Formats: sequence, structure tokens, C-alpha cells
Amino acid sequence: MPTLAIQAKGLTKWFGEGSAKTTALRDVHLDTSFGEMVYIVGPSGSGKTTLLSVLSGILKPNSGSVSVEGVDIWNLTADQLADFRLHKIGFVFQDFHLFPRLNTAENVAIPLILRKNDWDESIHEASKYLEIVGLKGREHLPPVKLSGGEQQRVAIARAMIGQPDILIMDEPTASLDGDTGQSILKFVHDKILNSNRCIVVVTHDSRIYEFATRILNMEDGRLTGTEERAA
Amino acid sequence: MKGILKLAYKLLVNDRAKFTALLVGITFAVFLMMFVTSMFMGVLNHSSSTVINIGASIWVMDPAVQTIANTIGMPDYVLDAVRSMRGVKYAVPFYSGGALVKLPDGTYQAVTVIGLDDTSLFGRPELIQGKIEDIYGENAFIVVRDAEFSKLENPHIGSELELNDHRGVIVGIASVSTSGLFGIPTLYTTYERAIQYIPNPRYTISYVLVEPKSAADTQQIKQQVAALGYLALTKDEFMRRAAEFYTYQTGMGTNILIMTVISFIVGLSISAQTFYTFILENLERFGALKAIGTRSLELVGMILFQAAFTALTGYGLGVGLCTFLIFIARQRLPSYAAMLTYTNLLLAFVMVLIITAISSYVGIRRVLQIEPFDIFRG
Repeated sequence: MPTLAIQAKGLTKWFGEGSAKTTALRDVHLDTSFGEMVYIVGPSGSGKTTLLSVLSGILKPNSGSVSVEGVDIWNLTADQLADFRLHKIGFVFQDFHLFPRLNTAENVAIPLILRKNDWDESIHEASKYLEIVGLKGREHLPPVKLSGGEQQRVAIARAMIGQPDILIMDEPTASLDGDTGQSILKFVHDKILNSNRCIVVVTHDSRIYEFATRILNMEDGRLTGTEERAA
Repeated sequence: MKGILKLAYKLLVNDRAKFTALLVGITFAVFLMMFVTSMFMGVLNHSSSTVINIGASIWVMDPAVQTIANTIGMPDYVLDAVRSMRGVKYAVPFYSGGALVKLPDGTYQAVTVIGLDDTSLFGRPELIQGKIEDIYGENAFIVVRDAEFSKLENPHIGSELELNDHRGVIVGIASVSTSGLFGIPTLYTTYERAIQYIPNPRYTISYVLVEPKSAADTQQIKQQVAALGYLALTKDEFMRRAAEFYTYQTGMGTNILIMTVISFIVGLSISAQTFYTFILENLERFGALKAIGTRSLELVGMILFQAAFTALTGYGLGVGLCTFLIFIARQRLPSYAAMLTYTNLLLAFVMVLIITAISSYVGIRRVLQIEPFDIFRG
């Protein structure tokens, strides 16, 4: 039986007060296991990104709980939560959020540097991960010299260098053309997903559904359906 | 933390345009603050040049005297009274006054004439030409070779000059550590000759120079002099009195203060605004770092490091630029009245720290306000 990676119960989240109040999550329950590549799909404004943020310890829900590997993350202090994200979760942001003033290797090495690892060792490790994502020889280039797909690979290498148990990907193909998006997700599915890792992807790009092990549909802040797939 | 600071350093210096703008702002502010205050310190130093050059421990004067240049003659009994005071090792008369010298070409040049005690020659300058005993010769004067030396047509030993219809002969050329403030040459002679050559009111002693038996005697000497109706000041007190006079009673201090404040505001405006822009442009990156797992305190540390690094580099460049320009100015104007002191350096450093604190405060506030969720939302 697969081990639970994330267990969310009764998540509710709203923004604003009074007439401006908008409810983004309504009593969301969700379990994900290691070895799964779960997609959260749905129209814009359905609450996908809010759910992703709550699951990854970035946005506190108004009610409900999130356990990651058995730890109730919203009972942690701010510093403990930061450490938790640094050690347990890898993020791939929609716009990559690479640092234009750092070279590619330095960008990838950031999580290790934040873990207070030695600078040179972190850069050396980053070079290995760049090789894994197919960017060998690009270590010293600034991100702006790379194509969109290559930047996405750098972002993936940065997310993976700390060997997190959970990888969070927010609209990973939004800035990429169809072929590139597919190749990136295939790479993630084939090379990064394993039995000790859980990948949660928010997307509305149906061209990459083929790599999902499970697809969760969201509408109006609720999970409205689940589709199991044999990716 | 070392790696995080290196990260902060790279984020800062690799943004060359912003980093240059920040450095220019701080450097310019430090340069202006340093330059203005060093000019002020230089002027104050030059205004006390005679006090510095003579080097007496205690100066006895009329209580109305504010600076060395504004002397009020004291009667001879003051000298006798001081000599008889407890704790006084010795006391000598000192004359300081102005005169006009008629040059060989018929033109006149104002000079400062200093009359040294005939017996001890206490406060005599260091001679670079001639012998000090020649000062006892007929009509003898020693001229100081400073920036104003050429105004006496570069005299040499044996040169003659006319001072209040008296013949004067240069018997020595001296150097002093500090030139005067008013841009006029200085002549040394004996006290008796000085009061003989220069028309004076009834009382002729400008100051009584006192050497106490020990430093501990200074206070009781001051009290005894005060009981006599006069004022005794140590060398430092006299210099401070002159400094306070120029600072508070001539408007110079106010003008310098205004210039320093303007420099500070200019520096603060440029630096704080540029730093804030730098933070704004990197806000998403700071948000991403926060999302990845950087603690708030570490982000604060990064910003403080960036601000402090820029401030200290700008401070160093500003001080260097100021020093260089003063050096260049002194090559052409040896008596150029600008002086870098620890007070200047400290003042500019404190100003830079304030600029850094304000700049980083606005940046830190902004970065702490950003929610990592905003990064997800784009």
C-alpha cells in the first residue's frame, strides 16, 4: 500500500472581508501518495493555485489541516515552516523566477546555499543536476541566454537539487510551446518521479495529461472529480 | 550564513547599473560631507595656528579674548603675579600683533609679528636657515617659510625690510607645523623689539605663557588667574574657544551645518531611492527565496548586508576621493585649509550609517510584506 505523502482535511480559504469576501477553497479533502504524479486541473479562478499554496506551506488556510509525511505543517512556527519547505518541498514556479543576476549553476544551487552548504560544493552539485536536465556546459550562462524550455529545466534542477520528497509545479507549461512542454513533463515523469517522491502539478494544459497518475478536477473551490490514469 | 551573504553580494554587484548608482550616491554624499567638514576643520585648525606652533601649556589672557588674533593687552604686573603663583614652573610674556612691511618695490604687505620672551625665546620656531641666537642681533627678524612666504618677495638671510619706519633684517628662515588663517606672512622677533617696532596701547603683553610644575597644577593656576580677573586656558581649551567663536559667532558653523545637511539629504535621497528600486525590482526573487524556504531573518540579513556593503564601499570611495582632491589642492596651494580628522571621518560614517539604516528599513519592510503566495499568483 503506497505511503501517504500529503493529507489535507477540510481545507477552507477565503480572501477579503464583507462584500469583498471571495472563497477560494471550500472544504477540500485530498490525499496524495508517494510515487504519484497528481494533476490539479480546472478553469482559471477555480482555486488550483490556492490549494497548491496551502498544501506546500505557503498560504495558511482559514480552517482545515495539512499533514505532510505525518507532520501537521500548519502547526509549525514560521521558521519551522520555512525549514520544512526548504528540506521537503521543491518548487517549480509558473514564471520560473530564476535570478537574472546569477548564472545558471548559481540559480540551481540556491536551495543548497540556503541550507548553508559550502558555496563551491553547492555549485559543483548544481552542475551535476544541470547535466541531468540536459544542460551540461550551460553552467556559466545567465538565465536570459537560455530558451524558455531550458529555463524551465533550470527551474526543475533547482527544485530537485535538494532531493525533496514533494515536488510542486505550478503551470509548468504555461510559458512553453506544446512540444517543449510535453518533453519537460515527460522528463519529470520519467526521471524525477519515483516511489519516494510525490509530484503535484497545477495545470490546465490537457496536452500533458498523459503523464499524470491521477487528475483532480477543481471548480469553484471544490474538488469535483478524480480521474485515475495509468501513466 | 556565509553562502547566503555571498548570494546577497552577487545579487547586488551583478546588477551593475543599480550598484553603480548606489555607489555614486553614497560616494557623492560622503565626499560632500567630508569635504565641507574638512574645510571647516582646516579653517579652525589654521585659526589656532599660533597656539599650536607656540605650544605653551597654559595661556593667560584678558577674559574678552576669543581668538589668538584678537588680543587685548595686559599690564606687566599680570606677568609678575602669574610668576608668583603656586604651581607655576615659569611664565613668559608673549606678543602677537599686526604690522605693515614696506617691500623693496615700495608696496606694503601686512604681516603678523610674534614677539618671543627675550630671555627664554619660549615658543621659538624650528629654523631651516640661520641660527636662533641671531634673533638678538640688531633689527633681527625670523621669517616663516609657508604659503605666504612669497608675499615678502621670497626673502633670504640678510634681506632687509621696513617695518613701521624701522629697518628690519632677516636673520633666519623658519618652518612651522601650521600656517595662519588670514593669508599673511609671519615674522618672529623678540618681545622687546616687537613692542618697540609696533605702535601699542598702554598695555603690551598679549598673553602670558605658563608652564605648570605638573599637569595637576593646571587647575589651581586657572583659579589663581581667575582671582586676578584674567583667564587661563590650556592649549586645547584655547583652541576650542577659538573654534566655538568661529562656529557659533561668525555664521561659519551654520553654513557648514547647512551644507552638511544638504549633502546628507542628497546622499540619502539618491541611495534610499536607488536601493528601494533595487529591492522592488528583486521583490519577486525575494518572494521566491521566501517560498523556497529562506527565513525572514535571513532575508533581513541579506538586505542589511547589501546596504552595509554598498555604504561601506561608498564611504571608502568618498573618503578616498576627498583625500585625493585635498592632496591635489595642497600640491598647488600649500596652505589649503582642509583637514581630515577622526571627527570628520566619524561624522561621515555616522551619516552613512543613518543612510544605510533608512535605505535598508524601507527595503526590509517591503520584502517582509511580500507573501510567497504572490509568487504563485504571479
